[in-house]
Amino acid sequence: MSLSAAALIHDLGRPGRFANMLRVFKPTSPMSMGSWLLSAYGPAAGAAAACAVTGRLPRAGTTATCAAGLLGPAVATYTGVLASDTAVPAWHGAHRELPYLFAASATAAASGMALVLAPTRETPPARYAAALAALAEAAVTEAVERRLGLVAETWREGRAGTLLKTSRALTAAGAAAAALLGDRRGAALASGLALLAGSACTRFGVFAAGVASAKDPKYTVVPQREGRTATS
Amino acid sequence: MSEERVGFFTDTSVCIGCKACEVACKEWNAIPEDGLSLTGMSYDNTEALGASTWRHVAFIEQPKPDGRTELPLAGSESDERGEPDGGDMRWLMSSDVCKHCTHAACLDVCPTGALFRTEFGTVVVQEDVCNGCGYCVPACPYGVIEQRPADGRVFKCTLCYDRLGAGQEPACAKACPTESIQFGPLDELRERAAQRVDRLHEQGVADAQLYGHDPDDGVGGDGAFFLLLDRPEVYGLPPDPVVTTRDLPTMWKHAGAAALSLLGGLAVGFAAAGRSRRRPPPGRGNGAAGVVRNAWSRAPSSTPTTAVPSSSRRPGPRPTSPGTSSSADWRAPGRRWRPVPS
Repeated sequence: MSLSAAALIHDLGRPGRFANMLRVFKPTSPMSMGSWLLSAYGPAAGAAAACAVTGRLPRAGTTATCAAGLLGPAVATYTGVLASDTAVPAWHGAHRELPYLFAASATAAASGMALVLAPTRETPPARYAAALAALAEAAVTEAVERRLGLVAETWREGRAGTLLKTSRALTAAGAAAAALLGDRRGAALASGLALLAGSACTRFGVFAAGVASAKDPKYTVVPQREGRTATS
Repeated sequence: MSEERVGFFTDTSVCIGCKACEVACKEWNAIPEDGLSLTGMSYDNTEALGASTWRHVAFIEQPKPDGRTELPLAGSESDERGEPDGGDMRWLMSSDVCKHCTHAACLDVCPTGALFRTEFGTVVVQEDVCNGCGYCVPACPYGVIEQRPADGRVFKCTLCYDRLGAGQEPACAKACPTESIQFGPLDELRERAAQRVDRLHEQGVADAQLYGHDPDDGVGGDGAFFLLLDRPEVYGLPPDPVVTTRDLPTMWKHAGAAALSLLGGLAVGFAAAGRSRRRPPPGRGNGAAGVVRNAWSRAPSSTPTTAVPSSSRRPGPRPTSPGTSSSADWRAPGRRWRPVPS
Protein backbone atom coordinates (compact mmCIF):
# COMPACT_ATOMS: atom_id res chain seq x y z
CA MET A 1 0.00 0.00 0.00
CA SER A 2 2.65 2.50 0.99
CA LEU A 3 4.74 1.31 -1.95
CA SER A 4 1.96 2.10 -4.39
CA ALA A 5 1.36 5.46 -2.74
CA ALA A 6 5.05 6.22 -3.14
CA ALA A 7 4.84 5.19 -6.80
CA LEU A 8 1.84 7.43 -7.33
CA ILE A 9 3.57 10.39 -5.77
CA HIS A 10 6.68 9.67 -7.79
CA ASP A 11 4.53 9.76 -10.93
CA LEU A 12 3.58 13.37 -10.30
CA GLY A 13 5.39 15.91 -12.40
CA ARG A 14 6.07 17.76 -9.15
CA PRO A 15 6.21 15.12 -6.38
CA GLY A 16 7.00 17.80 -3.81
CA ARG A 17 3.56 19.24 -4.37
CA PHE A 18 1.68 16.07 -3.46
CA ALA A 19 -0.05 17.89 -0.63
CA ASN A 20 -1.82 20.04 -3.23
CA MET A 21 -3.94 16.96 -3.89
CA LEU A 22 -5.55 17.60 -0.52
CA ARG A 23 -6.11 21.30 -1.15
CA VAL A 24 -9.64 20.65 -2.36
CA PHE A 25 -12.26 17.95 -1.99
CA LYS A 26 -13.73 17.67 -5.44
CA PRO A 27 -16.26 14.99 -6.40
CA THR A 28 -16.01 15.98 -10.07
CA SER A 29 -12.43 14.77 -10.02
CA PRO A 30 -11.89 11.02 -9.54
CA MET A 31 -8.22 11.86 -8.99
CA SER A 32 -9.18 14.05 -6.04
CA MET A 33 -11.53 11.45 -4.59
CA GLY A 34 -8.90 8.77 -5.11
CA SER A 35 -6.30 10.84 -3.30
CA TRP A 36 -8.63 11.27 -0.35
CA LEU A 37 -9.58 7.60 -0.39
CA LEU A 38 -5.95 6.49 -0.40
CA SER A 39 -5.08 9.06 2.24
CA ALA A 40 -7.73 7.52 4.48
CA TYR A 41 -7.32 3.88 3.54
CA GLY A 42 -3.52 3.79 3.71
CA PRO A 43 -3.16 4.99 7.31
CA ALA A 44 -6.20 2.94 8.40
CA ALA A 45 -4.80 -0.25 6.93
CA GLY A 46 -1.36 0.58 8.29
CA ALA A 47 -2.69 1.33 11.77
CA ALA A 48 -4.78 -1.82 11.77
CA ALA A 49 -1.77 -3.91 10.79
CA ALA A 50 0.48 -2.17 13.32
CA CYS A 51 -2.02 -2.72 16.14
CA ALA A 52 -2.46 -6.34 15.18
CA VAL A 53 1.29 -6.98 15.04
CA THR A 54 2.17 -5.17 18.23
CA GLY A 55 -0.99 -5.95 20.12
CA ARG A 56 -1.21 -2.41 21.34
CA LEU A 57 -4.34 -0.28 21.28
CA PRO A 58 -6.66 -3.13 20.30
CA ARG A 59 -9.75 -0.94 20.19
CA ALA A 60 -8.15 1.61 17.94
CA GLY A 61 -6.98 -1.34 15.86
CA THR A 62 -10.53 -2.61 15.50
CA THR A 63 -11.74 0.81 14.45
CA ALA A 64 -8.96 1.10 11.89
CA THR A 65 -9.77 -2.39 10.69
CA CYS A 66 -13.40 -1.52 10.14
CA ALA A 67 -12.46 1.66 8.32
CA ALA A 68 -10.01 -0.14 6.07
CA GLY A 69 -12.49 -2.94 5.42
CA LEU A 70 -15.12 -0.47 4.28
CA LEU A 71 -12.73 1.70 2.27
CA GLY A 72 -11.08 -1.28 0.56
CA PRO A 73 -13.85 -1.93 -1.97
CA ALA A 74 -14.03 1.79 -2.74
CA VAL A 75 -10.30 1.83 -3.40
CA ALA A 76 -10.75 -1.18 -5.68
CA THR A 77 -13.52 0.39 -7.76
CA TYR A 78 -12.75 4.11 -7.90
CA THR A 79 -10.00 3.31 -10.41
CA GLY A 80 -12.74 2.29 -12.83
CA VAL A 81 -14.11 5.81 -12.63
CA LEU A 82 -10.59 7.24 -12.81
CA ALA A 83 -9.99 5.52 -16.14
CA SER A 84 -13.42 6.07 -17.66
CA ASP A 85 -13.72 9.76 -16.74
CA THR A 86 -11.43 10.61 -19.64
CA ALA A 87 -11.83 11.27 -23.34
CA VAL A 88 -10.10 7.95 -24.09
CA PRO A 89 -12.66 6.06 -26.22
CA ALA A 90 -11.85 2.53 -25.00
CA TRP A 91 -12.24 3.64 -21.38
CA HIS A 92 -14.98 6.22 -21.52
CA GLY A 93 -17.13 3.99 -23.72
CA ALA A 94 -16.92 1.33 -21.00
CA HIS A 95 -17.70 3.70 -18.13
CA ARG A 96 -20.64 1.62 -16.92
CA GLU A 97 -18.68 -1.62 -16.84
CA LEU A 98 -15.15 -0.68 -15.79
CA PRO A 99 -15.87 -0.43 -12.03
CA TYR A 100 -17.34 -3.96 -12.06
CA LEU A 101 -14.42 -5.26 -14.09
CA PHE A 102 -11.94 -3.79 -11.63
CA ALA A 103 -13.94 -5.07 -8.66
CA ALA A 104 -13.96 -8.58 -10.12
CA SER A 105 -10.30 -8.38 -10.99
CA ALA A 106 -9.44 -7.13 -7.48
CA THR A 107 -11.41 -10.00 -5.95
CA ALA A 108 -9.62 -12.50 -8.17
CA ALA A 109 -6.25 -11.05 -7.16
CA ALA A 110 -7.14 -11.03 -3.47
CA SER A 111 -8.36 -14.63 -3.68
CA GLY A 112 -5.18 -15.55 -5.51
CA MET A 113 -3.07 -13.98 -2.77
CA ALA A 114 -5.01 -15.91 -0.15
CA LEU A 115 -4.55 -19.16 -2.06
CA VAL A 116 -0.82 -18.59 -2.33
CA LEU A 117 -0.21 -17.62 1.29
CA ALA A 118 -2.83 -19.31 3.45
CA PRO A 119 -3.04 -22.90 4.64
CA THR A 120 -5.50 -24.72 2.42
CA ARG A 121 -8.04 -25.33 5.18
CA GLU A 122 -8.53 -21.56 5.44
CA THR A 123 -9.04 -20.87 1.76
CA PRO A 124 -12.55 -22.12 0.94
CA PRO A 125 -14.01 -18.59 1.01
CA ALA A 126 -11.24 -17.42 -1.29
CA ARG A 127 -11.93 -20.32 -3.63
CA TYR A 128 -15.61 -19.42 -3.87
CA ALA A 129 -14.73 -15.76 -4.33
CA ALA A 130 -12.25 -16.64 -7.09
CA ALA A 131 -14.89 -18.61 -8.97
CA LEU A 132 -17.40 -15.77 -8.65
CA ALA A 133 -14.83 -13.19 -9.69
CA ALA A 134 -13.78 -15.18 -12.74
CA LEU A 135 -17.38 -15.55 -13.87
CA ALA A 136 -18.09 -11.87 -13.26
CA GLU A 137 -14.94 -10.78 -15.06
CA ALA A 138 -15.77 -12.86 -18.13
CA ALA A 139 -19.34 -11.56 -18.21
CA VAL A 140 -18.31 -7.93 -17.77
CA THR A 141 -15.62 -8.13 -20.46
CA GLU A 142 -18.21 -9.57 -22.81
CA ALA A 143 -20.57 -6.69 -21.99
CA VAL A 144 -17.81 -4.14 -22.61
CA GLU A 145 -17.01 -5.54 -26.03
CA ARG A 146 -20.67 -5.55 -27.00
CA ARG A 147 -21.10 -1.97 -25.85
CA LEU A 148 -17.99 -0.56 -27.50
CA GLY A 149 -18.84 -1.52 -31.09
CA LEU A 150 -16.01 -0.42 -33.36
CA VAL A 151 -13.84 0.58 -30.39
CA ALA A 152 -14.01 -3.01 -29.08
CA GLU A 153 -11.26 -3.72 -31.63
CA THR A 154 -8.85 -2.06 -29.24
CA TRP A 155 -9.80 -4.60 -26.55
CA ARG A 156 -9.44 -7.54 -28.95
CA GLU A 157 -6.42 -6.67 -31.04
CA GLY A 158 -2.77 -5.81 -30.58
CA ARG A 159 -1.05 -5.75 -27.23
CA ALA A 160 -4.31 -5.24 -25.36
CA GLY A 161 -5.89 -8.19 -27.14
CA THR A 162 -2.99 -10.45 -26.21
CA LEU A 163 -3.00 -9.33 -22.59
CA LEU A 164 -6.75 -9.62 -22.18
CA LYS A 165 -6.83 -13.06 -23.82
CA THR A 166 -4.00 -14.18 -21.54
CA SER A 167 -5.85 -12.74 -18.59
CA ARG A 168 -9.01 -14.60 -19.50
CA ALA A 169 -7.17 -17.90 -19.82
CA LEU A 170 -5.20 -17.43 -16.59
CA THR A 171 -8.20 -16.30 -14.57
CA ALA A 172 -10.42 -19.10 -15.86
CA ALA A 173 -7.74 -21.74 -15.29
CA GLY A 174 -6.85 -20.31 -11.89
CA ALA A 175 -10.44 -20.14 -10.73
CA ALA A 176 -11.25 -23.62 -12.00
CA ALA A 177 -8.16 -25.08 -10.36
CA ALA A 178 -8.91 -23.20 -7.15
CA ALA A 179 -12.48 -24.41 -7.06
CA LEU A 180 -11.77 -28.04 -7.89
CA LEU A 181 -8.27 -28.72 -6.56
CA GLY A 182 -7.78 -25.87 -4.13
CA ASP A 183 -7.56 -28.20 -1.14
CA ARG A 184 -4.16 -29.45 -2.33
CA ARG A 185 -1.31 -27.14 -1.45
CA GLY A 186 0.45 -27.35 -4.81
CA ALA A 187 -2.68 -26.76 -6.82
CA ALA A 188 -3.71 -23.90 -4.53
CA LEU A 189 -0.35 -22.25 -5.00
CA ALA A 190 -0.47 -22.62 -8.78
CA SER A 191 -4.06 -21.41 -9.03
CA GLY A 192 -3.32 -18.45 -6.78
CA LEU A 193 -0.39 -17.41 -8.93
CA ALA A 194 -2.52 -17.80 -12.08
CA LEU A 195 -5.23 -15.58 -10.57
CA LEU A 196 -2.71 -12.92 -9.58
CA ALA A 197 -1.10 -12.95 -13.02
CA GLY A 198 -4.53 -12.88 -14.66
CA SER A 199 -5.54 -9.83 -12.68
CA ALA A 200 -2.33 -8.03 -13.59
CA CYS A 201 -2.91 -8.87 -17.27
CA THR A 202 -6.45 -7.45 -17.06
CA ARG A 203 -5.17 -4.11 -15.75
CA PHE A 204 -2.34 -3.84 -18.26
CA GLY A 205 -4.67 -5.00 -21.01
CA VAL A 206 -7.29 -2.35 -20.29
CA PHE A 207 -4.51 0.24 -20.13
CA ALA A 208 -3.13 -0.87 -23.50
CA ALA A 209 -6.62 -0.79 -25.05
CA GLY A 210 -6.98 2.82 -23.92
CA VAL A 211 -3.65 3.79 -25.40
CA ALA A 212 -4.50 2.09 -28.70
CA SER A 213 -7.90 3.81 -28.87
CA ALA A 214 -6.39 7.23 -28.20
CA LYS A 215 -3.71 6.76 -30.86
CA ASP A 216 -6.00 6.17 -33.81
CA PRO A 217 -8.37 9.09 -34.51
CA LYS A 218 -10.94 6.79 -36.08
CA TYR A 219 -11.94 5.52 -32.63
CA THR A 220 -12.76 9.09 -31.66
CA VAL A 221 -14.24 10.30 -34.93
CA VAL A 222 -16.38 7.39 -36.12
CA PRO A 223 -18.36 6.86 -32.88
CA GLN A 224 -18.88 10.62 -32.55
CA ARG A 225 -20.14 10.74 -36.14
CA GLU A 226 -22.45 7.85 -35.47
CA GLY A 227 -23.82 9.85 -32.56
CA ARG A 228 -22.95 7.08 -30.15
CA THR A 229 -21.50 9.38 -27.55
CA ALA A 230 -24.49 11.65 -27.79
CA THR A 231 -26.80 8.89 -26.69
CA SER A 232 -24.60 6.81 -24.44
CA MET B 1 -17.56 36.01 -14.02
CA SER B 2 -17.25 39.63 -13.19
CA GLU B 3 -16.28 40.57 -16.71
CA GLU B 4 -17.97 39.77 -19.99
CA ARG B 5 -17.04 36.38 -21.37
CA VAL B 6 -14.49 36.76 -24.14
CA GLY B 7 -13.07 34.37 -26.68
CA PHE B 8 -11.66 33.77 -30.14
CA PHE B 9 -13.42 33.38 -33.43
CA THR B 10 -10.90 31.84 -35.81
CA ASP B 11 -12.10 32.28 -39.38
CA THR B 12 -9.98 29.77 -41.28
CA SER B 13 -11.31 30.96 -44.65
CA VAL B 14 -8.97 33.94 -44.48
CA CYS B 15 -6.00 32.22 -42.81
CA ILE B 16 -2.90 32.48 -44.98
CA GLY B 17 -0.75 30.15 -42.88
CA CYS B 18 1.82 32.77 -41.94
CA LYS B 19 2.18 31.43 -38.38
CA ALA B 20 2.49 34.92 -36.95
CA CYS B 21 0.07 33.77 -34.24
CA GLU B 22 2.37 30.90 -33.25
CA VAL B 23 5.35 33.22 -33.04
CA ALA B 24 3.53 35.97 -31.16
CA CYS B 25 2.20 33.43 -28.68
CA LYS B 26 5.62 31.90 -28.09
CA GLU B 27 7.21 35.30 -27.63
CA TRP B 28 4.64 36.89 -25.39
CA ASN B 29 4.22 33.88 -23.14
CA ALA B 30 7.94 33.04 -23.13
CA ILE B 31 7.22 29.44 -24.13
CA PRO B 32 10.37 27.32 -24.50
CA GLU B 33 11.49 25.89 -27.80
CA ASP B 34 10.09 22.42 -28.35
CA GLY B 35 11.74 21.02 -31.44
CA LEU B 36 12.85 22.47 -34.75
CA SER B 37 12.37 19.39 -36.90
CA LEU B 38 10.74 19.21 -40.31
CA THR B 39 7.83 16.83 -40.51
CA GLY B 40 7.46 16.57 -44.27
CA MET B 41 3.75 17.14 -43.71
CA SER B 42 3.07 20.12 -45.93
CA TYR B 43 4.17 23.30 -44.13
CA ASP B 44 3.00 21.95 -40.81
CA ASN B 45 6.14 21.52 -38.73
CA THR B 46 4.36 22.31 -35.48
CA GLU B 47 2.23 19.16 -35.70
CA ALA B 48 -0.08 19.64 -32.75
CA LEU B 49 -0.98 21.72 -29.75
CA GLY B 50 0.99 20.90 -26.64
CA ALA B 51 2.56 22.17 -23.47
CA SER B 52 4.87 24.45 -25.45
CA THR B 53 2.62 25.07 -28.46
CA TRP B 54 -0.49 27.04 -27.64
CA ARG B 55 -1.29 28.07 -31.20
CA HIS B 56 -0.86 25.56 -34.02
CA VAL B 57 -1.39 26.39 -37.66
CA ALA B 58 -2.57 23.19 -39.31
CA PHE B 59 -1.87 22.77 -43.02
CA ILE B 60 -4.06 20.32 -44.84
CA GLU B 61 -2.63 19.81 -48.29
CA GLN B 62 -4.37 17.02 -50.11
CA PRO B 63 -5.86 15.85 -53.37
CA LYS B 64 -9.38 17.06 -53.80
CA PRO B 65 -12.00 15.83 -53.28
CA ASP B 66 -11.04 12.47 -51.83
CA GLY B 67 -8.31 11.56 -49.41
CA ARG B 68 -7.81 13.11 -46.03
CA THR B 69 -4.23 13.32 -44.90
CA GLU B 70 -3.33 11.63 -41.65
CA LEU B 71 -6.87 10.67 -40.79
CA PRO B 72 -7.69 7.08 -41.66
CA LEU B 73 -11.42 7.51 -41.87
CA ALA B 74 -14.04 5.31 -43.40
CA GLY B 75 -13.70 5.47 -47.20
CA SER B 76 -17.37 6.06 -47.68
CA GLU B 77 -17.16 9.61 -46.44
CA SER B 78 -15.15 10.85 -49.38
CA ASP B 79 -17.70 9.44 -51.79
CA GLU B 80 -20.63 11.47 -50.61
CA ARG B 81 -18.87 14.78 -51.11
CA GLY B 82 -17.98 14.43 -54.74
CA GLU B 83 -18.00 17.90 -56.22
CA PRO B 84 -14.54 18.51 -57.55
CA ASP B 85 -14.11 22.04 -58.79
CA GLY B 86 -11.00 23.45 -60.30
CA GLY B 87 -7.65 21.97 -59.38
CA ASP B 88 -7.09 18.55 -58.01
CA MET B 89 -5.26 19.72 -54.89
CA ARG B 90 -6.52 21.78 -52.01
CA TRP B 91 -4.79 23.56 -49.19
CA LEU B 92 -6.58 24.29 -45.95
CA MET B 93 -5.03 26.29 -43.13
CA SER B 94 -6.36 26.70 -39.64
CA SER B 95 -4.88 28.14 -36.49
CA ASP B 96 -5.91 25.82 -33.67
CA VAL B 97 -5.96 26.78 -30.00
CA CYS B 98 -7.40 25.73 -26.63
CA LYS B 99 -11.18 25.89 -26.90
CA HIS B 100 -11.82 27.31 -23.41
CA CYS B 101 -14.92 25.10 -23.16
CA THR B 102 -18.02 26.17 -21.27
CA HIS B 103 -17.97 22.75 -19.62
CA ALA B 104 -14.24 22.16 -19.37
CA ALA B 105 -13.26 18.58 -18.54
CA CYS B 106 -9.70 19.58 -17.61
CA LEU B 107 -11.03 21.99 -15.01
CA ASP B 108 -13.60 19.52 -13.71
CA VAL B 109 -11.12 16.72 -13.12
CA CYS B 110 -8.18 18.77 -11.79
CA PRO B 111 -7.62 17.39 -8.27
CA THR B 112 -5.68 20.40 -6.98
CA GLY B 113 -7.86 23.22 -8.22
CA ALA B 114 -4.90 24.47 -10.25
CA LEU B 115 -7.16 24.84 -13.28
CA PHE B 116 -9.73 27.54 -12.78
CA ARG B 117 -12.27 29.70 -14.58
CA THR B 118 -11.17 33.29 -14.83
CA GLU B 119 -13.35 36.38 -14.58
CA PHE B 120 -13.25 36.47 -18.40
CA GLY B 121 -14.78 32.99 -18.69
CA THR B 122 -11.51 31.46 -19.82
CA VAL B 123 -9.77 28.37 -18.41
CA VAL B 124 -6.29 28.87 -16.99
CA VAL B 125 -3.71 26.71 -15.16
CA GLN B 126 -2.21 28.21 -12.00
CA GLU B 127 1.40 27.24 -12.45
CA ASP B 128 2.17 27.62 -8.76
CA VAL B 129 -0.52 25.11 -7.79
CA CYS B 130 -0.32 22.41 -10.50
CA ASN B 131 1.47 19.34 -9.17
CA GLY B 132 1.75 17.61 -12.51
CA CYS B 133 -0.62 14.70 -11.90
CA GLY B 134 -1.43 14.84 -15.60
CA TYR B 135 -5.05 13.76 -15.21
CA CYS B 136 -6.35 16.71 -17.22
CA VAL B 137 -4.38 15.49 -20.24
CA PRO B 138 -6.60 12.49 -21.13
CA ALA B 139 -9.69 14.35 -19.92
CA CYS B 140 -9.50 17.02 -22.64
CA PRO B 141 -11.69 15.92 -25.55
CA TYR B 142 -9.53 17.97 -27.94
CA GLY B 143 -6.11 16.77 -26.79
CA VAL B 144 -4.99 20.34 -26.06
CA ILE B 145 -3.43 20.34 -22.60
CA GLU B 146 -0.11 18.58 -22.07
CA GLN B 147 2.66 18.08 -19.55
CA ARG B 148 6.02 19.72 -20.26
CA PRO B 149 8.45 16.84 -19.69
CA ALA B 150 11.35 18.86 -18.31
CA ASP B 151 9.06 20.79 -15.99
CA GLY B 152 6.46 18.24 -14.96
CA ARG B 153 3.54 20.63 -14.85
CA VAL B 154 0.85 21.08 -17.50
CA PHE B 155 0.58 24.12 -19.71
CA LYS B 156 -1.88 25.44 -22.26
CA CYS B 157 -3.25 28.64 -23.77
CA THR B 158 -4.28 31.17 -21.12
CA LEU B 159 -5.99 33.39 -23.68
CA CYS B 160 -3.27 35.79 -22.57
CA TYR B 161 -4.78 36.24 -19.11
CA ASP B 162 -2.16 38.86 -18.27
CA ARG B 163 -2.95 40.91 -21.36
CA LEU B 164 -6.71 40.69 -20.77
CA GLY B 165 -6.19 42.02 -17.27
CA ALA B 166 -4.41 45.02 -18.77
CA GLY B 167 -7.17 45.61 -21.31
CA GLN B 168 -5.13 44.24 -24.20
CA GLU B 169 -6.17 41.62 -26.73
CA PRO B 170 -4.30 38.30 -26.80
CA ALA B 171 -0.97 38.25 -28.62
CA CYS B 172 -2.07 35.90 -31.43
CA ALA B 173 -5.11 37.99 -32.34
CA LYS B 174 -2.99 41.13 -32.22
CA ALA B 175 -0.44 39.61 -34.60
CA CYS B 176 -2.86 38.06 -37.09
CA PRO B 177 -2.50 40.07 -40.35
CA THR B 178 -5.76 38.90 -41.95
CA GLU B 179 -8.05 39.00 -38.92
CA SER B 180 -8.47 35.28 -39.20
CA ILE B 181 -8.13 35.30 -35.41
CA GLN B 182 -10.72 37.62 -33.97
CA PHE B 183 -10.89 38.40 -30.28
CA GLY B 184 -13.85 39.87 -28.45
CA PRO B 185 -16.93 39.30 -26.34
CA LEU B 186 -18.23 35.83 -27.17
CA ASP B 187 -21.80 36.88 -27.97
CA GLU B 188 -20.58 39.42 -30.45
CA LEU B 189 -18.21 36.93 -32.06
CA ARG B 190 -20.99 34.39 -32.46
CA GLU B 191 -23.14 36.92 -34.28
CA ARG B 192 -20.31 37.93 -36.53
CA ALA B 193 -19.50 34.28 -37.28
CA ALA B 194 -23.11 33.48 -38.21
CA GLN B 195 -23.09 36.36 -40.70
CA ARG B 196 -19.78 35.27 -42.13
CA VAL B 197 -20.83 31.68 -42.71
CA ASP B 198 -24.07 32.85 -44.35
CA ARG B 199 -22.09 35.05 -46.70
CA LEU B 200 -19.79 32.19 -47.63
CA HIS B 201 -22.76 29.95 -48.33
CA GLU B 202 -24.22 32.64 -50.59
CA GLN B 203 -20.90 32.78 -52.40
CA GLY B 204 -21.10 29.08 -53.07
CA VAL B 205 -18.75 27.73 -50.40
CA ALA B 206 -21.16 25.03 -49.37
CA ASP B 207 -18.75 23.26 -47.01
CA ALA B 208 -18.18 26.32 -44.82
CA GLN B 209 -19.35 25.51 -41.29
CA LEU B 210 -18.98 26.77 -37.77
CA TYR B 211 -17.35 24.56 -35.18
CA GLY B 212 -17.75 24.94 -31.43
CA HIS B 213 -20.18 27.87 -31.67
CA ASP B 214 -23.23 26.03 -30.34
CA PRO B 215 -23.92 26.51 -26.60
CA ASP B 216 -25.93 23.26 -26.71
CA ASP B 217 -23.12 21.01 -27.92
CA GLY B 218 -21.34 18.38 -25.80
CA VAL B 219 -19.06 20.91 -24.13
CA GLY B 220 -21.61 23.70 -23.81
CA GLY B 221 -19.97 25.65 -26.60
CA ASP B 222 -16.35 26.70 -27.00
CA GLY B 223 -14.92 30.01 -25.88
CA ALA B 224 -12.67 29.68 -28.92
CA PHE B 225 -14.64 28.56 -31.97
CA PHE B 226 -13.94 28.27 -35.66
CA LEU B 227 -15.20 28.67 -39.17
CA LEU B 228 -13.98 25.64 -41.12
CA LEU B 229 -14.10 24.86 -44.81
CA ASP B 230 -14.67 21.15 -44.37
CA ARG B 231 -15.68 18.68 -41.69
CA PRO B 232 -13.84 19.13 -38.39
CA GLU B 233 -12.12 15.75 -38.60
CA VAL B 234 -10.34 16.94 -41.76
CA TYR B 235 -8.57 19.44 -39.52
CA GLY B 236 -7.91 16.81 -36.87
CA LEU B 237 -10.74 18.04 -34.65
CA PRO B 238 -13.26 15.70 -33.02
CA PRO B 239 -16.64 16.10 -34.74
CA ASP B 240 -18.84 15.91 -31.64
CA PRO B 241 -16.81 16.19 -28.45
CA VAL B 242 -18.51 15.64 -25.12
CA VAL B 243 -17.22 16.73 -21.72
CA THR B 244 -16.25 13.48 -20.06
CA THR B 245 -17.71 14.47 -16.68
CA ARG B 246 -21.20 14.50 -18.19
CA ASP B 247 -21.32 10.77 -17.44
CA LEU B 248 -19.60 11.05 -14.08
CA PRO B 249 -22.73 10.63 -11.93
CA THR B 250 -23.41 7.36 -13.76
CA MET B 251 -19.82 6.29 -13.18
CA TRP B 252 -19.92 6.97 -9.44
CA LYS B 253 -23.22 5.12 -9.22
CA HIS B 254 -21.76 2.09 -10.92
CA ALA B 255 -18.60 2.29 -8.83
CA GLY B 256 -20.69 2.26 -5.68
CA ALA B 257 -22.70 -0.68 -6.94
CA ALA B 258 -19.48 -2.46 -7.91
CA ALA B 259 -18.00 -1.92 -4.45
CA LEU B 260 -21.17 -3.33 -2.87
CA SER B 261 -21.10 -6.28 -5.27
CA LEU B 262 -17.53 -6.91 -4.23
CA LEU B 263 -18.54 -7.03 -0.58
CA GLY B 264 -21.59 -9.12 -1.46
CA GLY B 265 -19.56 -11.53 -3.55
CA LEU B 266 -17.13 -12.08 -0.72
CA ALA B 267 -19.96 -12.52 1.75
CA VAL B 268 -21.39 -15.18 -0.55
CA GLY B 269 -17.98 -16.82 -0.67
CA PHE B 270 -17.68 -16.89 3.10
CA ALA B 271 -21.24 -18.05 3.57
CA ALA B 272 -20.86 -20.83 1.04
CA ALA B 273 -17.56 -21.92 2.56
CA GLY B 274 -19.07 -21.80 6.02
CA ARG B 275 -21.99 -23.94 5.03
CA SER B 276 -20.09 -26.55 3.07
CA ARG B 277 -17.52 -27.11 5.78
CA ARG B 278 -18.87 -28.06 9.15
CA ARG B 279 -16.26 -26.22 11.04
CA PRO B 280 -15.82 -22.70 12.35
CA PRO B 281 -15.72 -20.35 9.41
CA PRO B 282 -12.22 -19.22 8.66
CA GLY B 283 -13.36 -15.82 7.65
CA ARG B 284 -13.44 -12.76 9.75
CA GLY B 285 -12.53 -10.34 7.04
CA ASN B 286 -14.63 -8.18 4.91
CA GLY B 287 -13.79 -6.53 1.67
CA ALA B 288 -11.15 -7.51 -0.81
CA ALA B 289 -8.42 -7.02 1.71
CA GLY B 290 -10.25 -9.27 4.13
CA VAL B 291 -9.56 -12.30 2.01
CA VAL B 292 -5.89 -11.53 1.85
CA ARG B 293 -5.61 -10.79 5.48
CA ASN B 294 -7.58 -13.85 6.34
CA ALA B 295 -4.79 -15.81 4.79
CA TRP B 296 -2.43 -14.36 7.32
CA SER B 297 -4.59 -14.82 10.31
CA ARG B 298 -4.32 -17.81 12.51
CA ALA B 299 -6.81 -20.59 12.45
CA PRO B 300 -9.14 -20.30 15.39
CA SER B 301 -7.71 -23.39 17.04
CA SER B 302 -4.08 -22.48 16.80
CA THR B 303 -2.19 -20.60 19.43
CA PRO B 304 -1.90 -16.91 18.83
CA THR B 305 1.82 -16.74 19.11
CA THR B 306 2.58 -15.14 15.80
CA ALA B 307 1.60 -11.84 14.50
CA VAL B 308 -1.72 -11.21 12.89
CA PRO B 309 -1.10 -8.26 10.64
CA SER B 310 -4.78 -8.03 10.18
CA SER B 311 -6.49 -4.77 9.72
CA SER B 312 -9.71 -6.54 9.10
CA ARG B 313 -10.91 -8.35 12.13
CA ARG B 314 -14.45 -7.39 11.58
CA PRO B 315 -17.07 -9.98 12.38
CA GLY B 316 -17.68 -12.09 9.31
CA PRO B 317 -20.90 -13.69 8.26
CA ARG B 318 -20.84 -15.54 11.52
CA PRO B 319 -20.37 -13.04 14.27
CA THR B 320 -19.60 -15.78 16.75
CA SER B 321 -16.32 -16.45 15.03
CA PRO B 322 -13.83 -17.48 17.68
CA GLY B 323 -11.22 -15.56 15.77
CA THR B 324 -11.81 -12.56 17.95
CA SER B 325 -10.33 -14.47 20.83
CA SER B 326 -6.88 -14.04 19.42
CA SER B 327 -7.09 -10.31 19.84
CA ALA B 328 -8.07 -10.82 23.45
CA ASP B 329 -4.87 -12.70 24.01
CA TRP B 330 -2.93 -9.71 23.01
CA ARG B 331 -4.28 -7.84 25.93
CA ALA B 332 -2.31 -10.07 28.27
CA PRO B 333 -0.41 -8.05 30.84
CA GLY B 334 3.15 -7.42 29.94
CA ARG B 335 2.46 -7.35 26.25
CA ARG B 336 0.08 -4.52 26.13
CA TRP B 337 2.35 -1.68 27.11
CA ARG B 338 5.49 -2.94 25.48
CA PRO B 339 7.05 -0.35 23.24
CA VAL B 340 6.30 -0.82 19.59
CA PRO B 341 9.14 -2.69 17.93
CA SER B 342 9.41 -1.15 14.54
